[in-house]
Amino acid sequence: MFELVPFILLFPVLGLLTNLVFGRYLGERFVGIIASGAVAASFIVSVIQVFALVNNNFHVETVLVADWITIGKMYLPWQIRVDTLSVTMMVLVTGVGTLIHIYAVGYMHGDKRFARFFVYLNLFVVMMLVLVAADNYLMLFVGWEGVGICSYLLIGFWYDKGDDNLGNARAGRKAFVVNRIGDFGFLIAMFMIFGAVGSLQFDAVLYYFENHGMEVGQLATTITLLLLVGAAGKSAQIPLFVWLPDAMAGPTPVSALIHAATMVTAGIYMMVRSAPIYAIAPSSQMTVALLGAGTALMAGTIALAQWDIKRVLAYSTISQLGFMVAAVGLGAHVAAMFHLITHAFFKALLFLSAGSVIHGVEHGAHKSDDHCDPQDMRNMGGLKDKMKITFGVYVVGAIALAGIFPLSGFWSKDEILADAWHVGMVEGHWHGMTVYILLALAAVITAFYMTRQIILVFFGSSRSAAANHAAENPPTMTVPLIGLAILSIVGGGINLPWSHTLGSWLEHTHHFFHGIDFNLTVALTSTALAVASIFVGFIVYYRRPLESSTAPDPLMSVLGPSLKFFYNKWYIDELYGTTFVRLYEWKARFLAFKVDRDFWHDFVHNQIILKSFKNVSGTLSGPVDRLGINKFFDGLAYSVHNIAVKVLRPVQTGYVRNYALGVMLGVVMVLGIMLIR
Amino acid sequence: MIPTSYYLALSVILFAIGVAGVLLRRNAIILFMAIELMLNSANLVFVAYSRQFGALDGQILVFFVMTVAAAEVAVGLALIVTIFRSKASIDVDDISMLKG
Repeated sequence: MFELVPFILLFPVLGLLTNLVFGRYLGERFVGIIASGAVAASFIVSVIQVFALVNNNFHVETVLVADWITIGKMYLPWQIRVDTLSVTMMVLVTGVGTLIHIYAVGYMHGDKRFARFFVYLNLFVVMMLVLVAADNYLMLFVGWEGVGICSYLLIGFWYDKGDDNLGNARAGRKAFVVNRIGDFGFLIAMFMIFGAVGSLQFDAVLYYFENHGMEVGQLATTITLLLLVGAAGKSAQIPLFVWLPDAMAGPTPVSALIHAATMVTAGIYMMVRSAPIYAIAPSSQMTVALLGAGTALMAGTIALAQWDIKRVLAYSTISQLGFMVAAVGLGAHVAAMFHLITHAFFKALLFLSAGSVIHGVEHGAHKSDDHCDPQDMRNMGGLKDKMKITFGVYVVGAIALAGIFPLSGFWSKDEILADAWHVGMVEGHWHGMTVYILLALAAVITAFYMTRQIILVFFGSSRSAAANHAAENPPTMTVPLIGLAILSIVGGGINLPWSHTLGSWLEHTHHFFHGIDFNLTVALTSTALAVASIFVGFIVYYRRPLESSTAPDPLMSVLGPSLKFFYNKWYIDELYGTTFVRLYEWKARFLAFKVDRDFWHDFVHNQIILKSFKNVSGTLSGPVDRLGINKFFDGLAYSVHNIAVKVLRPVQTGYVRNYALGVMLGVVMVLGIMLIR
Repeated sequence: MIPTSYYLALSVILFAIGVAGVLLRRNAIILFMAIELMLNSANLVFVAYSRQFGALDGQILVFFVMTVAAAEVAVGLALIVTIFRSKASIDVDDISMLKG
């Protein structure tokens, strides 16, 4: 059954090719069916792979698709790796992807580039599957870059909208450039791995690092830190997270699919895949853990102060990715993967519900002719009765994200916290405790900002005519939401603390992937904190609802300037703006105007090259050619003419006797010569 | 029997007169006559040697020369008639159209 695995990639490829060629003639319904059907078919094949693995005693299997690079001893094939880790990701990507495709059919209804959108979406799924199915780092990198380009294409999908009709295009560019910085780290890491191991195949690389242990510790530390740079770019961690909030410029299904559920998890997946290298580099593990925890808290505080419904979720995503990264750093790979999966469920759910809200408010805006910003939560309020299904699933998503028992988020988040607690208290590492405290704080903030969002959007009274006229969306949008809501509720079941299903499943990929035992203290503490946080949220926002769409945040009176600090995202964009971007622009301007135009063009090119060329060619054409060569040949022609006129012409007298005399003299001469010889 | 050298001397004299005629006279008819003179001096040499060696080759060659001379005269006189018609003169110095 393993030989079916290339079809996972093939189906979306066929789907995108069909839509690419015939998309514009097929009409929305067929385009949607083809695109969603292709991903659904991949999902079915992925599920078959699960059974194939079970039949194979969970033993890893590689399927060669084609040869790729063979240079000397280096051999890099297009080879699909089927092990428990990659199959988990395949099922997740195609499963969530299918639901989002179906949702997008409804969401993108009436868009003038409908078919193109689904081509991009399918291409993204292909690339993500290449990434997770890869058997070597280079193939992983192909997928890595592929999802990067899809992300760029989709963020800028409505490229003619946004600030100055360029805002969305700029957001796409920003995402692309920031990701390049991360890719740079990843590339260097890959070169170093190749330099040390002489191969990029996972088996060879991981075997090498597992068996050389501490003697290559220094190298492993460097490599893992560079890999972290790559992961920070793709998974939006400090300091490269700035692109993800801007990526909300893309259509909402894209935000859900790429910037919450799948693409951003590539960094986590890559680090989990490289776990054996991290295992022998404790200092980079610590860096990873602290960085993740720091990101979790920092992004949480920013989410606290945002007004844009999607931006709150974007920062929440960064925060949750921070949880996963921290878990990887703590060596809790199972917890990281577990949270990755549950997060994919409830964050996709939240984004799609947010899209449903936005769609509903836009609908209301059309009806009431009130064209306010449909993403600003200050313009919403009171949607609870107008969009019942959306409200229900949104609450499910929010509770799951806040980590309330027994929804999926509770189990996965709790496992990460328990791991941090374990590293801090049982193993006695200071960073374990630090990570625990940071993550617990982040979890509290998470519960709070989700409460804030729910109340601002759904409770109270409508603060704009658009919200007042909002209406529920068609079933293509609500049915996937219900599906994801169910997954968000029961998703925790894949790794309950007493069964460790996911843990023992992933253990077959790397022997040191272990689940952690349930820790009641941690669980009770985090639940109590979350509940308290929700309660405080209710007090702040529900008892005194926002009066109008221009009213300040009630937290303003409590937090004051720090809220403004959070609202402005810690001024990180400004910081990068004044340091890197300004410096870079200055440098670019210097290079363009001073070096290129003034020095290179005006001086080197115009003054030196052009002028000396002119001089040389002037000399050649003037004195040398015109006065020398030309004069010589003129003279030659003139002298020929002269000889002809002065000597040859008079000879031709026209008198017969002269010619006859010539003939006679000639005969005499010939005869004379004959006589003499 | 008269020695062959006499004939040859006569032939040389005749040829020299012919050459002088061609080079010095202007009348086209005279020119033709001078050319005939030169041809006949050559004929005389042929015949003289034919007689000396008792072979008929020279005599046959003389017939050829006479035939060619007759043909030449026919063409030449036709040319002179044509020239005379256009120029009203048969002075060869008047037809110097090949002058460079």
